[in-house]
Amino acid sequence: MRHKSLAEFGLPVELAQPHAPVVLFDKVCLAFDEKVILRDVTFEVRAGHTKIFLGASGAGKSTVLKLMLGLLKPDSGTIWVLGHRVDQMDEVQLMGVRHHMGMVFQEGALFDSFTVGENVGYKLYEETTQPLHEVRQRVEEVLGFVGLSEHIDKQPSELSGGQRRRVAIARAMAAKPTLLLYDEPTTGLDPITSLTIDAEIIKLRDLEAVTSVIVTHQLRDAFYVSTHQASRGPDGEPLISAAAEAKVSQADFVMLKDGSIHFEGSADDLRASTDPYLQTFLS
Amino acid sequence: MSSPRQDWAIEWLKQALLEVQEYVKLCVAAVKGSVSRPFYARDVMEQIDIIGLGSLTVVILTGFFTGAVLALQSGMTLDQFGARPFVGRLISASMIKELGPVLTALMLAGRVGSGIAAELGSMMVTEQISALRALGTDPIRKLVVPRVLAGFIMCPILTVVANAVGLTGGWMIALTQLRVPSGIYWSSVVQGLYIQDVWMGLIKPFFLGFVIVTIGCHVGLRTTGGTQGVGRATTNAVVAASVVVLVVDFFVTRLLISIFF
Repeated sequence: MRHKSLAEFGLPVELAQPHAPVVLFDKVCLAFDEKVILRDVTFEVRAGHTKIFLGASGAGKSTVLKLMLGLLKPDSGTIWVLGHRVDQMDEVQLMGVRHHMGMVFQEGALFDSFTVGENVGYKLYEETTQPLHEVRQRVEEVLGFVGLSEHIDKQPSELSGGQRRRVAIARAMAAKPTLLLYDEPTTGLDPITSLTIDAEIIKLRDLEAVTSVIVTHQLRDAFYVSTHQASRGPDGEPLISAAAEAKVSQADFVMLKDGSIHFEGSADDLRASTDPYLQTFLS
Repeated sequence: MSSPRQDWAIEWLKQALLEVQEYVKLCVAAVKGSVSRPFYARDVMEQIDIIGLGSLTVVILTGFFTGAVLALQSGMTLDQFGARPFVGRLISASMIKELGPVLTALMLAGRVGSGIAAELGSMMVTEQISALRALGTDPIRKLVVPRVLAGFIMCPILTVVANAVGLTGGWMIALTQLRVPSGIYWSSVVQGLYIQDVWMGLIKPFFLGFVIVTIGCHVGLRTTGGTQGVGRATTNAVVAASVVVLVVDFFVTRLLISIFF
């Protein structure tokens, strides 16, 4: 058994149908004391699609991801994730939903007392009954996927910033999640390293069929992820190439401004927008 | 209309009540987590090693020198009444009933309370706690329960060690400085103790170990504000745990006296 199913956690199994919404926010509001973080935020993310949240610092982008995971509760509005209303769930029920999700945190949030391998296999070691040799096999597999197999026994402190992000991606994908959330995955990285992270996100989306929600203010990376696709080459190696029209249309952009959705649309819509705020952001 | 000073006082009171509420919730969750699954036994053993064996040196040194200085000081006073042979009685009563449990707890508050607050605080500000939750692990069960159980189990054991070493320190001073024969010292030690005293000395550390660790965890898990926040949390944990150790010691002693005597 890979890990406990939703049914074993006492939850109905209502995983979304292909291209049905896996995430649905309906008029979600959140404030900390007097400060409004999100105001009437409504959007949906469809299975296999990519949703990219843009916005200035403090616009509420990371909060959206934390609400999806149930790390925060909204003041009002409803949040559906993988067919479950997470805004009404308690922590125990949320654990069941989280088993089908992964999150890549800003700066990676790797456990600094564990090795790279232990970090990647954490969920499988601690929260499943999977035999140890199978866990080790999966850890090697995902580390190979992100090109870090040789670092399995190193401490996170021995890795570069880019490598730590890739380990965080490997950790998030180890338990084969349905939905992956990325919180500023390329912030603070040089352009070349950022491209390798973007490639990992594209590979996971297209080769592992993972729905992606990305929070970033790096426009270059956002456009790269939305306009490229991954496929297997003749030798089985992943190839990144310009995406077909249909694939590009599966990536949506959401611009948050002062806690509200200021823009929602495709990469082309965003580029074509004459809105002064968007123009400032794009310039 | 209320004055700014009243507003500040009300705000302070609300914050204090919120802290107490959160602390009580953490304690309840820790107790529940100790008796239900999932249970991280390996982490409990690891914490027993860190909290228990790791604190052994400091507890032994504290116990030994407390017993020794107690013998030196009380020897001089007892001399005035020609009661030097009763030095063992005084040391055993002081160490086992009060100084052993309290000094051990204060040492643990400094070493363990600060360590827990710093570790969990760092995990909070680097989002490792959020990452744990995102990976489907309850941080209370994974991080708090093992530490609480280790503190609860190891504090009494360390207290017994401190008591034994303290009595030995007293004996060495009694023998070498006060010229009290070993036989008289040890028989005096035994005569000075009632079984109720021993129970009191053994029961109190369970409470003290629990509050030290839960305060460390509570402060650590509420850390905000980056590295500066971690430093602040560490200081707060030590100060709060040290004061609460003395307060809890008073009330538990009062309770035990009413039960035993």
